[in-house]
Amino acid sequence: MQEQQPLKIVFVGHVDHGKSTLIGRILHDMDSLPEGKIEMVKKACAAEGMEFEFAFVLDALLEEQKQNVTIDTTEIRFKTKRRKYIIIDAPGHKEFLKNMITGASRADAAVLVIAANEGVREQSRRHAYLLSLLGIKQLIVVVNKMDLADFSEKKFQEIEKEYRKFLAELGLEARVFVPASAKNGDNVASTSSPSDESVRMADKKMKWHRGPSVLEALDLLEPQSADVDLPLRFCVQDVYRFDERRIIAGRIETGKLRVGDELVFSPANKASKVQSIEEWGGNGDGEAVAGDSIGITLTEQIFVERGYVASHQTDTPIEANRVHADVFWIVREPMRSGRLYDLRLATQEVKCEIVAIDQVMDSSSLESTTEKREQLERNEVGRLTIQTRSPLVIDNHDRIPKLGRFVIVDDDQICGGGTIFGGVYTDRIVAKSKNIFWVEGKITAEARAVRTGHRGAVVWFTGLSGAGKSTIAQALERELFARGMQTYVLDGDNIRHGLNSNLGFSPEDRVENIRRVSEVAKLMADSGVVAITAFISPYRMDRRRAREIVLEGNAEFVEVFVDAPLAVCEARDPKNLYKKARAGEIREFTGIDAPYEPPEDAEINVHTDRQTVNESVATILEGLLPRLKPEQADA
Amino acid sequence: MNRPYLTEPMKQTTQRTHLDELENQSIFIFREAYHAFKNIAMPWSMGKDSNVLIWLARKAFFGRVPFPVLHIDTTYEFPEMLEFREWAKKHHNLNLIVKINTEARERGIGYETHDPVTVTHELKTVALQQVLAEHKWDALITGIRRDEDPTRAKERYFSPRNAQFEWDYKDQPPEFWGQFATSTAKGEHVRVQPLLDWTEVDVWRYIQRENIPIPQMYFSRNGKRFRSLGCSPITHPIKSNASNIVEIIAELEATKVGERAGRAQDHYERNAMQKLRAKGFL
Repeated sequence: MQEQQPLKIVFVGHVDHGKSTLIGRILHDMDSLPEGKIEMVKKACAAEGMEFEFAFVLDALLEEQKQNVTIDTTEIRFKTKRRKYIIIDAPGHKEFLKNMITGASRADAAVLVIAANEGVREQSRRHAYLLSLLGIKQLIVVVNKMDLADFSEKKFQEIEKEYRKFLAELGLEARVFVPASAKNGDNVASTSSPSDESVRMADKKMKWHRGPSVLEALDLLEPQSADVDLPLRFCVQDVYRFDERRIIAGRIETGKLRVGDELVFSPANKASKVQSIEEWGGNGDGEAVAGDSIGITLTEQIFVERGYVASHQTDTPIEANRVHADVFWIVREPMRSGRLYDLRLATQEVKCEIVAIDQVMDSSSLESTTEKREQLERNEVGRLTIQTRSPLVIDNHDRIPKLGRFVIVDDDQICGGGTIFGGVYTDRIVAKSKNIFWVEGKITAEARAVRTGHRGAVVWFTGLSGAGKSTIAQALERELFARGMQTYVLDGDNIRHGLNSNLGFSPEDRVENIRRVSEVAKLMADSGVVAITAFISPYRMDRRRAREIVLEGNAEFVEVFVDAPLAVCEARDPKNLYKKARAGEIREFTGIDAPYEPPEDAEINVHTDRQTVNESVATILEGLLPRLKPEQADA
Repeated sequence: MNRPYLTEPMKQTTQRTHLDELENQSIFIFREAYHAFKNIAMPWSMGKDSNVLIWLARKAFFGRVPFPVLHIDTTYEFPEMLEFREWAKKHHNLNLIVKINTEARERGIGYETHDPVTVTHELKTVALQQVLAEHKWDALITGIRRDEDPTRAKERYFSPRNAQFEWDYKDQPPEFWGQFATSTAKGEHVRVQPLLDWTEVDVWRYIQRENIPIPQMYFSRNGKRFRSLGCSPITHPIKSNASNIVEIIAELEATKVGERAGRAQDHYERNAMQKLRAKGFL
């Protein structure tokens, strides 16, 4: 017994054009109202001295009945012979845009209601425009209240002609236009089958209408096109380590994935194979498809975190710092250029700002202006160029809608949404920065963190010569840099030849060497940089002092133990130093004739005898990135 | 212990059904909540929806319920439900917190002397406020469904409540494209509602498909069964011969009577449910 998915439909249109009445009538005709509901509402109407209307049936809350305006989206179910439906009753009142978007965004199809006596009005246009922005392509137009227009075919055709032209400008096409009178039930449901037209039309006042009734038109609709046929986009929600498994959890937004598939994770662009699809108590068949909330394990333990998007190698998404988008704005406070906002796209979250408002459109007249604008007002739709602080993984909305749309968040509130279009710039050059944050007096670490998106820190590598400190430090630097972070590696090459050129290798000089490195690293961290130091730094005492120096500066200190057995390091011996030390050409060489004191509680440990460079970097990123997040202002 | 709560599972197929879609969406919401909030708890009434929630949490987190589960014990619980609680706690390996508003009970609040709206408010809502303040949870995962009651039709998946537990249903944050309101100010919390899109029949079908343990009181005994479970003095069984899930589903598809018809506090006065909910009732 397979349960078919119900079709979700949203009802939109100008206020008082009869959406609620139409829904009330459909429920009544389909025998889908709770027992006694009609009688209850009739009684209530009598008590208030009002005429009964089907619209009241929907108004579940007392306040709504008083105002006679639908406040919020409600959800009602009914079924025809063909299938089950969920009606999302979206409101038509002007102020309730955000509720309409909430409701309509979940719909498979829309019914747009226009009153025959009033014709196409502001919200008739605005709502269609929003439907096109939300990507809802299936549309039925009901020309309601035909009883108030003498059931005139001419009137109906005028409206159809005018509105079809308007829809065409939006790239929308109505499946069908239906003349109806919801109040009287004309052309809403039909007791006869669609083929048996003569019977149905005989008792109708609109014999001229050859098309379907409202319900017949609904039954002609199909669910939105299947996401499973699009390229794979698996959006990572989290990485769980509840037991020995490292499970990458997320939802497949489009496409499908099988065990053994080679995946590419963006934005890092690292590849690994799917080792397993994990399922509690499940008997999975090794395949997951669009819509599935899954968890996978990988064969190589590359670094993956929330926000990453996995695809197949042959069809990857776009990585960009700059996007063009149509953005609708739904809160009172306007969207201003130059201000920093959060942009959320699937599970990604990045800082962004408007760099250009190329065009602003009035969502009802569809008239646009290209005059210079600095902000986008509520209920406006702007064609914007947006710059993000770190790379964003996207698709064009017309290709893969779920990766081509985002919301804009300000002060933790969703304030608008946008769809990405036409070609994407891939240049990573950050737009010339504007002075957004004028700060009186000293610039704080918090202000710097807001600007850069991360805190300053010192990542202190320690380990034997040949353990891999420099290699991993440089790989880590590249990873951080690719994330748009400010970072720099301090190592023997750039310290010994300049700042510390007067120091040798005596015990005192070694101590001084590390002290100076600590101070420089502290200054860099204080300026907001993630400074990575790669020195053997064999003594616990020296490392403890480095930590103290850095902590004075209110920056993070993260000690990373790059661990490999001496024998392994000596076998590698990249600079032939061990050989020279064994031959006695170098004295007091760490590990040979000078001690190395391994850290007892380093924040991060990597084992380069067992982990590849990539895996070591992944381990470090996992421990490091959470520490670099700017402090939450609220808490 | 034998497993009296287990029913026969249904066969699964690879084709995605309506239940698969609901399950996937709920798991997605669980994981979003787990990421967004540091301090989560999940109220658990041991009712059918509650047990579906536990099940979905274990699916979302690969066998674990990685946050505490909260039972608000009104002291008017059916003994059979408490028995089930202890069994299920072990079965699911739950970190169970039991909360009783002892202060109100000591003041003499009870069904013997007070009206059901007052008692429900004190022993459930106030108890919840107390335990929330104690543990400083910033999110509660609840089993609210849109089809349960008209006031619940307006809910969001992530629904913020202020420090007084009030629900501002006239000015709710927008929610679209899988993006939710995930922030809380001090004292506020967010109700996360993974079952919002489910219907009563969906819940039963899922219990049947997944073989989810539930209390036996839902099944007909001597011509009666409980359709919804609450405090023993104010929860009444309905006339029914449905003694297994198939029969229950058949019964539900035929009925036009509301699910909570047997719950007295909803009907004590006009708009009772709306009043309870505006004050923080689940």
